[in-house]
Amino acid sequence: MKRADGIETSTISGIPVDPVYTSEATRQLIEELPGEYPYTRGIHKSGYRGRLWTMRQFSGFATARETNARYHYLLKHGQTGLSVAFDMPTLMGQDSDAPTSRGEIGHCGVAIDSLADMETLLEGIPLDQVTTSMTINSPAAILLAMYLVVAEKQGVSWDKVGGTLQNDILKEYIAQKEYIFPPQPSMRLVIDSIEFCAREVPRWNTVSISGYHIREAGSTAAQELAFTLADGFAYVDACLERGMQIDDFAPRLSFFFDAHIDFFEEIAKFRAARRIWARHMRERYGAQNPRSWQLRFHTQTAGVSLTAQQPELNIARTAVEALAAVLGGTQSLHTNAMDEVLALPTDKSARIALRTQQMLAYETGVANTMDPLGGSYFMEALTNRMEEEAEAYFQRIEEFGGVIPAIEAGFFQKEIADASFRYQTELEQKRRVIVGVNEFVTDDEEPIEILRISPQAEQEQVERVREVRRKRDQARCTRALESLRKAAQSPDDNLMPHIVEAVRAYATEGEIMGTMVDVFGLYTERAII
Amino acid sequence: MSAVQAKPLRIVLAKVGLDGHDRGVKVVARALRDAGFEVIYTGLRQTPAMVVDAALQEDAQVIGLSLHSGAHMTLFPAVIEELKKREATDIVVFGGGIIPDDDIAELKKLGVAEIFTPGAPLEEIVGWLRKRFSETAAS
Repeated sequence: MKRADGIETSTISGIPVDPVYTSEATRQLIEELPGEYPYTRGIHKSGYRGRLWTMRQFSGFATARETNARYHYLLKHGQTGLSVAFDMPTLMGQDSDAPTSRGEIGHCGVAIDSLADMETLLEGIPLDQVTTSMTINSPAAILLAMYLVVAEKQGVSWDKVGGTLQNDILKEYIAQKEYIFPPQPSMRLVIDSIEFCAREVPRWNTVSISGYHIREAGSTAAQELAFTLADGFAYVDACLERGMQIDDFAPRLSFFFDAHIDFFEEIAKFRAARRIWARHMRERYGAQNPRSWQLRFHTQTAGVSLTAQQPELNIARTAVEALAAVLGGTQSLHTNAMDEVLALPTDKSARIALRTQQMLAYETGVANTMDPLGGSYFMEALTNRMEEEAEAYFQRIEEFGGVIPAIEAGFFQKEIADASFRYQTELEQKRRVIVGVNEFVTDDEEPIEILRISPQAEQEQVERVREVRRKRDQARCTRALESLRKAAQSPDDNLMPHIVEAVRAYATEGEIMGTMVDVFGLYTERAII
Repeated sequence: MSAVQAKPLRIVLAKVGLDGHDRGVKVVARALRDAGFEVIYTGLRQTPAMVVDAALQEDAQVIGLSLHSGAHMTLFPAVIEELKKREATDIVVFGGGIIPDDDIAELKKLGVAEIFTPGAPLEEIVGWLRKRFSETAAS
């Protein structure tokens, strides 16, 4: 269906939308309150009155020293939690002096090679007071170990340390493609870290099961919802297989979603996510603890919705997306800076992004009432539709034999590529409009100021990692890596304590990863267009 | 135009560098294929040498590079250098990704024929390739 001006009336994901909804849509609606199972309306009774969402701006660039200064700046301006962005070599588990790190150091995040860098990154930040989210996957266990050893050195016991590790390897194979090992040993490492934290770091959110990257890779809202929750169930299954009790680990699983530009669809997605997770956890897995039923999530506004053309418009886009996240009941939020489509944000653009959240929280009144769209004919219909589509996808994934076989068959990758091409085609045909891109174009645009990463940062970082290798107790480091290798070879050993010891001995990230690659091997995917 | 129709352009599309963001390159790959070009997509994490190898083996006239990690000022020129070393500078190189304006100017000076940033219509990329090669054929 199209409007009179030729624009599609379906949601950005292609869900048909009626011109008006009536009480017909909510006839089956069961009265439900926020804070009550199945939590469609939110996990807290008091909504944001009890506690606002955490404003958690994802940042990191150049060296640990420069990023540490940005963290102090953000905390001073009212940010309430840290969120670390790592550079590509760190994300891919390699050191800054590896040949393929050239040109990549500090560009899309901060370079962390060893404990020494983590010490600098967190200097002056009390780890018993600030919680930190770390966006890292294949080498997640190593970065967690580094964080814990810094806490140890600050005299903060691990039971007081709080934070979140992305650690969601399944969506790497599905969408973001930052995998290193094949799926099975990768899963082992994830489950090792869940098991370790349940015992030693009880306040740590062990996996942030992420739809964000799936969506950014071009999926629809329903695919994001379905694939992410399916990944969540796969982690639950793997933990149960390990012999863990569901209520011992499920409360520490959290989620991470995208807030795209189609306002109502996104809110429906968040509401459906909570309801589906609660039902499956309680009814399918038999979890008893309500915290196991409650889906908590972080949201980031959609990077993919930002445009390089007229970038100032991105401030408005981000505000709308952030509002959807808040109305959807997010626990924490990152708002993108307007220039992130060009480079990492400047101090100024990062501040505007944070201020956008503060406006929502303090000026608009939207935080005063929980789930204000609950009961809306349209919202309830859309929420139901999201749930139905997700359940249909769970069926299809089941037919492949689960998430990993579906990955190996290229199922997710194909679904996402199809959806993203369909959307692009709609743009090309102007059945959808992006202001400033395919309509309302401006010819004489003034360039905006962007952040530049100095080439010195690369050289400094390369020298720094070499210095760490020169100065450490080499015998201790070699012993630690050898013990990690042995542990990797015996499937019943939990790798976390061995990784912690290697980190304490200042083994570099690349060395620790390399040791595991020797045992586990590398994964390559079949490229699917 | 007739040259294009007689023998379709062969294009190697590659993700250079470490990032895995392949939405853009895949969309472009399909669009170029649908436009009648022959497209070879190398997949992720290709070094400059691997990209040039692929282009030579495939007898491609064009290399399209995609990168979103900010390493374009190192890796795009490295591909150009590799082409010079292999005496294959007749292969046209274009690119896409998160690339600021100043860098685009610099990359063009270094021999990258064109850069497309987020939001570039597929039509524009297809049109640019057609124009570029019809001009070459005519001259």
